[in-house]
Amino acid sequence: MDRSQAQFRRVAFRSGAAVTLSFDGLPIRATAGDSVLAALLENGALIRHLEFGGEPRAGFCLMGACQDCWVWSSEGGRIRACTTPVSQGMKLFAEPQGMADPHG
Amino acid sequence: MAEIVIVGAGPAGISAAEILVANGLRPILIDEGARAGGQGYRRPADGLALDMNKLMGSEAGRYAALHARFAALRPQIDYRPQTLVWAIDGKRLHLLRDGRTETLDCDKLLIASGAMDRIAPLPGWTTPGVFTLGGAQVALKDQGCLIGSRVAFLGSSPLLALAAKQYRAMGAEIAVIADTTPFSAKLAAMPALLGAPRTLLRGLWYMATALRAGIPMLNGVTPVAVEGDGRVEALVLRDGSGRERRFACDAVALGYGLKPETQLADLAGAEFTYDPDFRLFLPKIDGFGRARPGLYLAGDGVRIGGADAAEASGALAAHAILSDLGRPQDIAAIRPLARRVARLRGFQRGLAQAFAWPKQQIAALPDSVTLCRCENVTIGEVRAAMAQSLGPVEVNRVKAMTRCGMGRCQGRVCGPALQEIVAAGTGQGGESAGRLRGQAPVKPIALAAAEEPA
Repeated sequence: MDRSQAQFRRVAFRSGAAVTLSFDGLPIRATAGDSVLAALLENGALIRHLEFGGEPRAGFCLMGACQDCWVWSSEGGRIRACTTPVSQGMKLFAEPQGMADPHG
Repeated sequence: MAEIVIVGAGPAGISAAEILVANGLRPILIDEGARAGGQGYRRPADGLALDMNKLMGSEAGRYAALHARFAALRPQIDYRPQTLVWAIDGKRLHLLRDGRTETLDCDKLLIASGAMDRIAPLPGWTTPGVFTLGGAQVALKDQGCLIGSRVAFLGSSPLLALAAKQYRAMGAEIAVIADTTPFSAKLAAMPALLGAPRTLLRGLWYMATALRAGIPMLNGVTPVAVEGDGRVEALVLRDGSGRERRFACDAVALGYGLKPETQLADLAGAEFTYDPDFRLFLPKIDGFGRARPGLYLAGDGVRIGGADAAEASGALAAHAILSDLGRPQDIAAIRPLARRVARLRGFQRGLAQAFAWPKQQIAALPDSVTLCRCENVTIGEVRAAMAQSLGPVEVNRVKAMTRCGMGRCQGRVCGPALQEIVAAGTGQGGESAGRLRGQAPVKPIALAAAEEPA
């Protein structure tokens, strides 16, 4: 991913265990303690497409209120990116995987 | 012993818990966040090399003191972080933690649920890179990240200049600080703002700092659009003289002051009344924060007042709980708290004039603008539904017809603007638009969790 296209810009170093996750199959390197949202936006990843009309979204309130940063996990569940910390081996997607109900 | 539950571990919840503990009680303190402190005094996750003293500025001492107080308090309470209260049914709370639901019965319930930004939509506001003003601060305090490299601050709030100052100190370029309220309205509100306090002085100081730094700071703007295809490229607005101006940026922080998070108070049975100064429906409370027998509300979750008012109102509510449990309270200790709460919350009424909610601008927004970002409902769809509606037009009717406010955020984001669009349509006051009713679950929970036997 093109880091020059990143939305977020890290200005404070975080020490901690290195974590690798993936988003739509592409690897994302992060540090334990990062939120999923920060890890994705620091790497220029799109968060999701709106279920209605498909326009791109990248979160809004960043404090767990607006519910506009949900991404999909490989198990079919949804994760709220701004309040979920990264974990090693997470596989996340902008679109629902398998038969999960996109409006669930 | 009576089970006392406090929801929210910000300044209000922590102060209330301290007083209860000092009186020999052991309250349960439930918090959705992973770390205590609330949004304003949010503590960074471990390992982040962020100088909170620098970031908090003149508030650094209070920030450190609150966290030290919580560390001392923690062993003496039943603290349950990362726990969502998703429904309230009489005296029974429905909780969600680690994907599992459970219930908790309480005798006394204090809700200190905090606030979030009040948002007015504008063309392009759903573009990735537009975040709430509070969100811009959370990105920095919680994650050590800026929302962009060149950031525009738009809305109407003294916090625009505060956040811009923090961003600039951390290396961001500030494209513009644009406030929709004219400077004349700020001058006119000065008498109401005098006597109160650090908040105003800080706000003025930040504005002066921004001006000295050569940051464009405009009052009385009319937002035109956020431009960009898939990401923010510019903020376009008309300045006070009507001239259209374009500010290149890669992120926009949007905020029109704060609004209380009242969904839980609603589910717990609080009555609401319309406040014409803030143009919001707010829970009815007495001078101590009592909303109904056994239900207490404190902090910015019931009336915006800032962190100091939250602390004092949390303490007041704790005294009310003790008094209602039959323990006489020392009135001499309570009076100064009540005075402080009244003064700080009164000051917010002055601020609401100086940094006004732009109701005319919202009413004049074009039909094409997205109003509900969850369900993708435009202002035009809401206006069309109102035109078709048989019978009285109010927000819950419009919600049922258009799904505006029915999405995952439960109208937290679109609610205030929806109210103005509906009020403009009825041609009557904001109160005539009615109040979006809270619904459980107050935040989305996995269906599997909700179906588990309680």
